[in-house]
Amino acid sequence: MLKYIFKRLLVAIPLIFVITIICFLLIYIAPYDAVDAMVSPKMSKQEIEAKKEQAGLNDPFYVQYGKWFKNLCHGEWGYSLTSGTNIRQDLKIYIPNTIKLVLPSYFTAFFLSIILGLIAGSNYNKQIDRIIDAISSVGIAMPTFWFALMAMYVFGYHLKIFPLMGMHTIGKEKSLIDFIYHFTMPYVVLTIGFLPELVRYVRSSTISEFKEDYVLIQKSFGSSKTKILLNHVSKNVMLPMVTKLGMALPMLVTGAIITETIFAWPGVGTYYMKAIRTLDYPIVMIILVLSGTLVILGNLLADILYCLIDPRIRITE
Amino acid sequence: MEKRKFTYFKKEILHNKKAFISLMFLILIVFNSISIGFYDCDPDAINISNMLAKPSMLHWFGTDELGRDYLIRVIYGGRVSLTVGVLAMLTSIIIGTVAGISAGYFGGHIDNFIMRLVDIFSAVPWIIMVTVVSLLIKKGIFSIILVIGMFSWMEIARLVRAETLTLKQRDYIQYADFIGTNPWKIMWSHIIPAVLPTIITAATTAVADAIMTESSMSFLGIGVQAPMASWGSLLQSAQANLDKAFYMAVIPGILIILTICSFNNLGNLIRAFAEPKSRSGESNG
Repeated sequence: MLKYIFKRLLVAIPLIFVITIICFLLIYIAPYDAVDAMVSPKMSKQEIEAKKEQAGLNDPFYVQYGKWFKNLCHGEWGYSLTSGTNIRQDLKIYIPNTIKLVLPSYFTAFFLSIILGLIAGSNYNKQIDRIIDAISSVGIAMPTFWFALMAMYVFGYHLKIFPLMGMHTIGKEKSLIDFIYHFTMPYVVLTIGFLPELVRYVRSSTISEFKEDYVLIQKSFGSSKTKILLNHVSKNVMLPMVTKLGMALPMLVTGAIITETIFAWPGVGTYYMKAIRTLDYPIVMIILVLSGTLVILGNLLADILYCLIDPRIRITE
Repeated sequence: MEKRKFTYFKKEILHNKKAFISLMFLILIVFNSISIGFYDCDPDAINISNMLAKPSMLHWFGTDELGRDYLIRVIYGGRVSLTVGVLAMLTSIIIGTVAGISAGYFGGHIDNFIMRLVDIFSAVPWIIMVTVVSLLIKKGIFSIILVIGMFSWMEIARLVRAETLTLKQRDYIQYADFIGTNPWKIMWSHIIPAVLPTIITAATTAVADAIMTESSMSFLGIGVQAPMASWGSLLQSAQANLDKAFYMAVIPGILIILTICSFNNLGNLIRAFAEPKSRSGESNG
């Protein structure tokens, strides 16, 4: 088991390393000069050149990368070009905001999808299955941002129940009720966004589990369908779902970029999109590295979780 | 053999109501977006005196914030969305197939290299990748196609590689290899025809995904640039007028849903033909 984890780590670490190189390279070739952030138009050419030399911008690529990587590991993530704020400090505010939105949405979608998927899959080709399947295929085809617009119109403009944007009303930052008012719409939109694909997944694995021999044996021993579903099939369906949880790890940072942008939720998504619009490269770079690292760690976590709960994998490894 | 398959397919599509409606819908959309080019109408014709007019007999879908006829803009938008979808699909299919076949056929270092590349490309969420690359290259419809194609080939490469690996064990390919046939010729005339069904199935999903990606990009303002419009960018301008002109937000969204649904439905039908196993499985269950 430990050996397996170790082996997976050996693959994951170089991958993270390569991703940082690629991120740095992308920004290195970008049409942007880092020195522009440090100089004022009044400076002479010599002064600019001196600044450039001082900042190490004339060094070859690998020296610059080395410095940047060292800073990255030391937790010095640089400063925003437009506002001059410390990126690390900014993210300390924004990431928890995103987590507050994504975590409840994902868990709701996760549990709802297990229930709906099991119901649909165990009633394969019956009325209820067809309804759930049809709704989830429409859900897959529906852009999340469009659903958000619809919700905004109906509940925000028309019925005026929920506020349209932000996380708090100014002056009511401590009020939980105010937070829930702001939270409801993006939460529902995001849940609906996550749901259809998960439902499909659970449904199709339920259908294929019901074709397994053990179900036939249970049936021949006279177990009821509900009993087979709850005691046996659901367990086997849940197994791969655990890996989905691991793979959802990067969503805690980048899972709601579009939804956040629409509702002006002060999370990583809005922060990132603003950085993209204002060409704030240091921020873009950090988020790129962060999301890449989280994807790799998420996959690693998924593998380890699967290995922990399913002994068959351990044996074959 | 091929002809028989095609007759089967025709029969199936006439019997499968969902797939038939999907196909008809797509034909309608494609026909509209081609034929609109022959009409004398300008999607950018501004009419300030008729801003945000509700749908009426004169303007079926109403007008937008600059008084432009929304029906014409929606059809032109569909043209852009479909073009981007299809061309991005072709890009990703070509990259994915070449990568997958080379990885599966040559194996060894080439396989390792390509699969690590797949890992790296899959390691960054698409939305991050697409936004970053859109910063680096000039904005325009072709860069959108390229960006979407470049970041969606990994799944296809994986599928094609797996398929190639099993094909390589087949007698006829081993024999071709044994008598010294040029590997390029083997790939071209033996492997590609055999993986074609997989590729076609993946292509329908890829079109749907590309349309979705394009509309998200355009909605975020990093996709199609004004005055050109796609369904996504129409939704972006609809957001600003949401309280005054709700229909502007409804129409493109419904068209996106119907188009993507149709492609997915056709994909499911084709999958049943490409993988006979899945079809028999469906009817047994």
